[in-house]
Amino acid sequence: MSSLAALLAQAPADPSGAVGAGEAIAFWILGPVALAGGLAMVIARNAVHSALWLVLTMLCLGAMYIAQRAPFLGFVQIIVYTGAVMMLFLFVLMLVGRDSSDSVVEVLRRQRFVAMLVGLGFAALLVSALARSLTQVTPAGIAPSNVGPGGNPGSIGRALYTDYVYAFELTAVLLIVATVGAMVLGYSERNRDRPTQREMVEARIRGQQGRPSPLPGPGVFATGNSVATPALLPDGSVAPESVSEIIESITRDKLRDEVRSGQEVEPDFGARALHRPEPPTGSDQEVSPDREAGR
Amino acid sequence: MREMLADDPFWLIALKVQFVFTFLMITTLLMIWFERRVVGRMQHRPGPNRVGPFGILQSLADGLKLAFKEDIRPVLADKWVYILAPMVSAIPAFVAFSVVPMGGPVTIFGEQTLLQITDLDVGVLVVLAASSIGIYGVVLAGWSSGSPYPLLGGMRSAAQMISYEIALGLSIVAVILYAGSLSTLDIVLAQGEQWWFAFLLFPSFAVFCVSMVGETNRAPFDLPEAESELVGGFHTEYSSLKFALFFLAEYVNIVTVSAMATTLFLGGWQPPWPLSQVEMFNTGWWTFLWFLSKTVVVLFVFVWLRGTLPRMRYDQFMRLGWKVLVPISLVWIVLVSGARVLRNAEVTTPQILVVGGVLLGALVLLAVLLPDRSAPEEVEGVATAGSDYPLPPLDLTVPPVPRRRSALGGDGQRRPVEVTAGSPDTADTGPDTASNKERDNGTS
Repeated sequence: MSSLAALLAQAPADPSGAVGAGEAIAFWILGPVALAGGLAMVIARNAVHSALWLVLTMLCLGAMYIAQRAPFLGFVQIIVYTGAVMMLFLFVLMLVGRDSSDSVVEVLRRQRFVAMLVGLGFAALLVSALARSLTQVTPAGIAPSNVGPGGNPGSIGRALYTDYVYAFELTAVLLIVATVGAMVLGYSERNRDRPTQREMVEARIRGQQGRPSPLPGPGVFATGNSVATPALLPDGSVAPESVSEIIESITRDKLRDEVRSGQEVEPDFGARALHRPEPPTGSDQEVSPDREAGR
Repeated sequence: MREMLADDPFWLIALKVQFVFTFLMITTLLMIWFERRVVGRMQHRPGPNRVGPFGILQSLADGLKLAFKEDIRPVLADKWVYILAPMVSAIPAFVAFSVVPMGGPVTIFGEQTLLQITDLDVGVLVVLAASSIGIYGVVLAGWSSGSPYPLLGGMRSAAQMISYEIALGLSIVAVILYAGSLSTLDIVLAQGEQWWFAFLLFPSFAVFCVSMVGETNRAPFDLPEAESELVGGFHTEYSSLKFALFFLAEYVNIVTVSAMATTLFLGGWQPPWPLSQVEMFNTGWWTFLWFLSKTVVVLFVFVWLRGTLPRMRYDQFMRLGWKVLVPISLVWIVLVSGARVLRNAEVTTPQILVVGGVLLGALVLLAVLLPDRSAPEEVEGVATAGSDYPLPPLDLTVPPVPRRRSALGGDGQRRPVEVTAGSPDTADTGPDTASNKERDNGTS
């Protein structure tokens, strides 16, 4: 613990490169967690859960880098991989939908067999490389490169912009080409010939899109405010398009018939509804429910 | 100066951690109260003024009430992620504050130290990393709630975070170039030797200010929780302490980014100019006062923005991030690096002037030689376009009003305007007559 605290408090780097107690403790905590995260990522059914387990593994790796005195690499791992890359993954997964889980149907034939072969080959490669590094390579340690001006990030920057500048620039070019290519592929068709808002307005005014104004709402100029009451135009005739087809198809059909048969409603500013019953024949106190509803 | 931190005993580190935690909790309570009071004042109303003097305990009372509310988990929620999200949101917010230098060299119980938990070579990156982890809380909360509004809020937050983290990171680059270090302590010390970076690197400061508001989901960039569109956004389904954690995380994040703005651009714990000439103000606990007052000023700006600006539309917000902030930052970084290279190369002023003049001349020549973009031809005569509608002119200039007769009669009395069109009184049959009769019957 004291070693861990010393690490947090910027103890001078141990030049021998031996594994300290704090580093060992950190490794034995982070290692199993990272491994468990990796396994759970493969096993998890839900895609978002898989992504989260992968995030856990990446965080553990970042913490291990930091514990091994490579803080720049560790934090960049956290910022770039967990922060940006996995966030993009999550974004796409959310777009796909919440309940979409992996289907177990094999789409490509013999896919599992090939995947198993490749996996085994990869495992063999990893194990042999690891075994070689454990037995034949003497660890140089990161301590010598941390002591220059600027510390750890300073020496990384120096290496990146002097010895490896071509690799660095080529990687940058590759990434930019990939980004531009993705944008060209994704946007080339959608953005072509898309009218601007101004063009749409002018086209509407020119009469290229039917009528220039929006459809009249129901009940405009009429005294009733039911959605089934058609709007009245300023000259008193009814506006058939003011009644929605969905809401009151009967009224609309009737209107259409009326308009077609030529019996236009007379300009009548007292009109409150299309369907006007005969004036009541009884006493004036009796108000028919129709009229009550139409008001 | 780092050596003072390096030999901190364990009890002192624990004390500092405890202090930062308490500081952030109390600042959150005070910030909520401060925000409500200031916004209230901006809107000509008193704000909370019942609990405690000036209502200062209002947020404490609210917090207690929140803790005793029922904790609800929706049936469709993804159980573990739903529980995990508030914690993921709150914990990194506190972690980020560990690298903020709150004060210069002080003596605590006989131990010479700095008011800062730790100082890393990569201190600025710690803050960026913590904020990028913290957004996971928001995104996961939106996803796991199992209802559409939070999902929309979470997705907005993911896109927002990716966009504005880039602008934030780019705005820091110029500061790092000038300070020569990623360590927060070195950045503060560098601002003691030269100007504050807010003046020296003003474009960086402006980009940082805009993107820090975007990064903390605050008005006018509070799209993930836009209450007029998304109910509560990502925290719609949360209640009780889980909701309180989100609330806490938001305010701690605000305090953290304000402290970072202070550290990176406003001189950290260095005193402002006339006071910095006095030796006493540069040392000891005074430095904590400068840090605190600058942070409060930035916090006030947060409140001010909220009281002033309406929420942006989502596409406007994205356009601002990608098409304004990021390009400005990139161009500015190139300029700053160019200036640094020129200074290192020891070129003389005439050389700079000659090369700059040639470049400028080439640019002007290029601008003159490039053909103008052909302007779209104006279409004339679309006034009526074959329809009977009386159309307003396309350029929307109001035609002059024709001169009318005076509304005043000869006797100087104003006459009521006669309604000539379609008066219903003349109709004998029809519903209006009936309604008039009804009305008469009702009143008599």
